[in-house]
Amino acid sequence: MKEMLEALREASRRAIEEAQDMDALDTLRVRYLGKKGELTAILKQMGRLSAEERPVVGQLANAVRAELESELDRRKAALAARLQELKLEAETLDVTIPGRELRLGKKHVLNTVLDEVTDIFIGMGFSIAEGPEIELSEYDFDRLNIPENHTVREWTDTFYITRDEKVHLRCQTSPMQVRVMDAMKPPIRILAPGRVYRKDEVDATHSPMFHQIEGLVIDKGITMGDLKGTLNTLMRRIYGPDTVTRFRPHHFPFTEPSCEMDVQCFECHGKGCRVCKGEGWIEILGAGMVHPHVLEMSGIDPDVYSGFAFGVGLERLAMRRFQISDMRLLYENDVRFLSQF
Amino acid sequence: MKLSREWLGEYTRIDASDKDYCDAMTMSGSKVEGWEVTGSEISNVVVGRVDSIERHTNSDHMWVCRVDVGGRCVQIVTGAQNVRAGDLVPVALDGSTLPGGVEIHTGKLRGELSEGMLCSLKELGLEQRDFPYAIEDGIFILEEDCAPGDDIRGVCGFGDSVVEFEITNNRPDCLSVRGLARESAATFHTPLTLPEPAVKGGAGDIRDMLSVEIQNGELCPRYTAKMVKNIRIAPSPKWMRRRLRASGVRPINNIVDITNYVMLEYGQPMHAFDYSCLHEGKIVVRNAREGEVMQTLDGNDRPLTPDMLVIADAESPVGIAGVMGGFNSEITDDTSVIVFESANFSGPSIRHTAISLGMRTDASSRFEKGLDILGTIPAVDRACELVELLGAGEVMDGTIDVIGKAPETTRIALEPERINALLGTDIPREFMVSTLTELGFTVEGDTITVPSWREDCKRMADIAEEVARFWGYDRIEYSDIRGVEVEGGYSPLQIFRKSLGEICRAAGYTEVITYSFVSPSAWDKIRVSADSPLRDAYTILNPLGEDTSVMRTTSLPSMLGVLSTNLNRRNPSARLYEMATVYRKAGELADERQILTLGAYGDGADFYAVKGTVEALLRAARTPDVRFEADRANSAYHPGRCASVWSGDTRLGSVGQIHPDVCRAFGLEDETFCAELDSVLLWELRGAENVYAPLPRFPAITRDLAVVCDRGVTVGELSACIRGAEAAELKDVRFFDVYVGPGIPEGKKSVAFSLTLRSDEGTLTDEHAQNAMDRILTALKEKLGAVIR
Repeated sequence: MKEMLEALREASRRAIEEAQDMDALDTLRVRYLGKKGELTAILKQMGRLSAEERPVVGQLANAVRAELESELDRRKAALAARLQELKLEAETLDVTIPGRELRLGKKHVLNTVLDEVTDIFIGMGFSIAEGPEIELSEYDFDRLNIPENHTVREWTDTFYITRDEKVHLRCQTSPMQVRVMDAMKPPIRILAPGRVYRKDEVDATHSPMFHQIEGLVIDKGITMGDLKGTLNTLMRRIYGPDTVTRFRPHHFPFTEPSCEMDVQCFECHGKGCRVCKGEGWIEILGAGMVHPHVLEMSGIDPDVYSGFAFGVGLERLAMRRFQISDMRLLYENDVRFLSQF
Repeated sequence: MKLSREWLGEYTRIDASDKDYCDAMTMSGSKVEGWEVTGSEISNVVVGRVDSIERHTNSDHMWVCRVDVGGRCVQIVTGAQNVRAGDLVPVALDGSTLPGGVEIHTGKLRGELSEGMLCSLKELGLEQRDFPYAIEDGIFILEEDCAPGDDIRGVCGFGDSVVEFEITNNRPDCLSVRGLARESAATFHTPLTLPEPAVKGGAGDIRDMLSVEIQNGELCPRYTAKMVKNIRIAPSPKWMRRRLRASGVRPINNIVDITNYVMLEYGQPMHAFDYSCLHEGKIVVRNAREGEVMQTLDGNDRPLTPDMLVIADAESPVGIAGVMGGFNSEITDDTSVIVFESANFSGPSIRHTAISLGMRTDASSRFEKGLDILGTIPAVDRACELVELLGAGEVMDGTIDVIGKAPETTRIALEPERINALLGTDIPREFMVSTLTELGFTVEGDTITVPSWREDCKRMADIAEEVARFWGYDRIEYSDIRGVEVEGGYSPLQIFRKSLGEICRAAGYTEVITYSFVSPSAWDKIRVSADSPLRDAYTILNPLGEDTSVMRTTSLPSMLGVLSTNLNRRNPSARLYEMATVYRKAGELADERQILTLGAYGDGADFYAVKGTVEALLRAARTPDVRFEADRANSAYHPGRCASVWSGDTRLGSVGQIHPDVCRAFGLEDETFCAELDSVLLWELRGAENVYAPLPRFPAITRDLAVVCDRGVTVGELSACIRGAEAAELKDVRFFDVYVGPGIPEGKKSVAFSLTLRSDEGTLTDEHAQNAMDRILTALKEKLGAVIR
């Protein structure tokens, strides 16, 4: 019997090693270890053995069984691994084929820049105010100290809605200063973006409708240094930390002192080139300390409070930021343009 | 305002280069727009003396000249007929340049060598008025003190630096050489000399010949006049012509040039009348009479209205105050006695008159800014001084000076601490005082007296600006905003609106921004009915054009316009959205609200795709009780493919396919889809924020259900019926198919739903689920006649 078991061990080992798939392995398992299998058949003959031989053969039989089982498992694992390998190989993809297109829409480039600006100011404690575009001259002109004979009031400059000149399309976001001061008490930190209208024919740098962002800060002890610091921060955040600003005197009826802010030309760094028309600087915005009379008209005591205000053209910011050469592109809304930003 | 630096040098000497001068002036508040050196386009043009001149052998109109150009001779061929041997002429040598980018090179003219060109006035950028002795069409024969080889730029008075300033409305005093000299001296801290004019006079007393009466002192606070006899009209001298030209003014004759010169120098417009044309030697400053008409200097008849101020004689107007003189009193070559007018007029009145008559003049644009009331006398004296200097006439003694309204002097307290507090600086008091003094203010103790030409300075903030601009805005240090901390941020409405935009973009829609004004034809194009309230729009009274003349009441035309632009440019598809403000009539000001507008064409755009985005928006807005109703009445849309969107009883907007007629009107293809949602209503009706709902503990059963019903029954009705059936276990109903065709009877359709059933109490048994399905089927059958397929 011993010989039979050894022969079985040899034969089964070879058979298992030669099995090429799971089915063949299962067949072998049944053939050798099944109820009617060869090992069982051998074991059935145990009774014929002597008492001394029986444990020795029994031990051998168990060892053969264990060995067979382990060989079967080993072979099974090996076959499974190879099968998986083949499957994976068969599943190979051309990973250079583009992914399924996910079409996300884009924000309009003006609003991209606007959101950037508002986020910067929100970080400084500003709220966002909105107001009417069809506006009263009272707010857009009178309460802003704009004299009766100022050119901005002319019908060649401003779009009028009523003959008596009481209602027009606001030509600046500055009336929001007045509306805000009427609605709340200091401390005030407000940003008021919106559409404004001026009677300019459409060309590469003009549009009868464009956008401004108005800023207003009023509190005790606000200085012109605060104005400079705030706007300098804005420019560095939008145009990069190397941006150089310059403030120079100007005149606006509703601020005193007033200023305009330039940034140093990005192209020539102040030397003067075609981009800056030889000036070395590019005008960006107008600003100033809120005129005491404007404060008074809104019931704020200029002896107690001071503040600054500014107005910046969104188109100009965006065009410079993204090197857009023609303002008309912003309103044509060609998807090939819109999808660039 | 163009400033000649040569002229400026008469009052203050500034050695800075042009660039440094301009930079410094810009930083002290006189913004420089640019500068140029006169004659800078001219190079290598010299004085030549014609040594000989002979006829060209091959031409009957050309001449061959030998010209001495200083130490050497050149041969030049000219076609001009006015050159004689011995003449001094401008010679453009080989390689020279002339105004307009012209280059001159040696060449041959009909076989004769020509080593340059003899120049006319025009070729040097001049005209006859600059050199009255020269002729217009011919070579400029020089009568200047010059020699062969001299640079023509020096000979003709070129080489002056002319700086162009942008003068702001509040500083009419800087529309003058003297005003800019004051600013320049304060900027560079150089000594300023402003000489007082001195008039000799002696030709009799003005009061014997002229009287002036002001009838409207509000509109004419001051009228000053002087007279000159024995006028000799002639060209003015070269220095004056050169300064006028540098300032952008054409020389005319000595008297006209003097008035322009004084206006440039003092900023005070002047006018000269022919005395012989003044009836009864009277000047009356009064309002025009109804129906009066006057012919102005430019030869046009001007109908006048009583709100206009005129300068009249005893009978009729001889000038429109501050705007333009009358043709009837113009200075002519026969004029022998003149009246110089130097007056002060009310700015708003002059502006109004100039606009009404459509004639903005150099004088009116100065008057309308408000001029120095004390400036009339120095100006008229200066004019008379110049008359004497030029020998243009004999000045009479005395000045007629009528005050219509007494001037007020402004005094302001000097408060260095408050100024520094406003600026955020530490500027010493002494600096403030010296700056103000340089600018013509007087400071005594703590009181500042504002000079009469600085009407813009009224209070501390104005003084702070004067101090700051000469201290240097760049020396004010950057600081963070002082004061109490303020909490900022977007308002909930703004956040809501932004979130709608995010959803649109996630759905593949790109944002557009369009004009708020549209053409009135837009309503017809979108088939708005004649009586629709949408046609009641705010109209711009002075639009740029018809197509931008009404404020939009609906966002649809703007969106369709943009879609059309994209289609025309062969963009195969577009998915666009705009948060479009519309302007609807409401009291004095508009009801301005944002309509979220979607537009789509191409790339499989269809009704349900757009509707899907609308539904996503409504879900995000947590809009309650949403309903889509077929809307055949919305004329902009396809009658069978349009739904109005409802939340309860409120109509939020529309979604649908654009009507083919509308598509045609916009040049769009028929498969164009839009949606409009009122963002304000969405905000007002938004649902409460969600709170956590426990996740289901028991498994759900999914049952597909296909029913056959009449074609007319809508999916909306079917699903409402399913939801309405008394089946508490029903958690969700999803439509997934509608089928018409073989196997379905004529007039019927099969609609398939996927139902989700679940119990919150325990795992649902098949029996329970079947019970629920039975109740649903019963309801479908009883209410809609729909039976299981």
